[in-house]
Amino acid sequence: MDIYLNEIRLQVPEGTRLFALRDTHRPKADILILNGHLLTTDHDLEANDRVVLIERGVQPDAEELEALMMARHTPGVHERVKAGRVGIAGVGGLGSSIAIALARTGVGRLVIADYDVVEPSNLNRQQYFIDQLGKPKVEALAETIKRINPHVDLVCRQLKLTAENLAATFVEVDILVEALDAAEQKTMLVNTWLRKYPDRALVTASGVAGFAASNSIKTRQIRDNLILCGDGVTAAEPGCGLMAPRVGIAAHHQANAVLRLLLNEEID
Amino acid sequence: MELKINGTQKTFTDEILTVTQLLEQLNLSVDQVVVELNRDILAPGVLSTTGLNNGDELELIQFVGGG
Repeated sequence: MDIYLNEIRLQVPEGTRLFALRDTHRPKADILILNGHLLTTDHDLEANDRVVLIERGVQPDAEELEALMMARHTPGVHERVKAGRVGIAGVGGLGSSIAIALARTGVGRLVIADYDVVEPSNLNRQQYFIDQLGKPKVEALAETIKRINPHVDLVCRQLKLTAENLAATFVEVDILVEALDAAEQKTMLVNTWLRKYPDRALVTASGVAGFAASNSIKTRQIRDNLILCGDGVTAAEPGCGLMAPRVGIAAHHQANAVLRLLLNEEID
Repeated sequence: MELKINGTQKTFTDEILTVTQLLEQLNLSVDQVVVELNRDILAPGVLSTTGLNNGDELELIQFVGGG
């Protein structure tokens, strides 16, 4: 009969039991999961059962981790996502969540750029931790991503993005994500990028502040290569702050737009 | 003058000679909007010297702060 061992299809003799499977394939495994349930006693196996055997404290190698992580992806998606090279300009409230989502998704190469360090006021919505205060954001985010998957191909650039250095900073990416904070910076980036690389897709955000209705955040294709996420109007200003839920919604709109671009799906 | 802005036809009675003048009339800040004129993205430095003609099509992509 066929079962799945650590997400890979495997033929085993009829009547094989859980402990025998472990003894044959992963004798040091001390965590045994059968169809999502942690087991400490032996158990019959049936065709198409999903068994995960883990040795506590031991990390799977790159190839096995990839197979394990991609097991929950829609079939056929992984190879195309893996070929993607995506830049993220700014890793604050938007960019830190986007980077983590795309790293979990298995994007082949991520280039992140930001000049900032982690401050206490960031912790209300950005993917940083209190023990990272004062660290450059790109460094702190790299730590977190490596904790999710040490094999992610991640390039960190700690610098303030300008019209002069933008193109060189993201020269190797197919898709750029604008995740900056100030309206003037967003405008500079979009203007500079679209003129420099008219054929490369750009996923930008505007109008993510406050706590207005979730469904007011939209993803819109503005022109062939420009996608805008957000409500387009709600600015961060005194009386209208930036909060984890709505910034997170917009960030994941952007991440999903990147995924759809990588898969050649229509944006809206 | 007739201009198509973000897909909508608009008529302007005041004289508008340049892109900068149009943005002023629309109360848009020049450093918070990306201007596409007849499919071309305009560099920020040319907004005040780029003239507008009857029938031009513009996309004005406005950005607000927050991220």
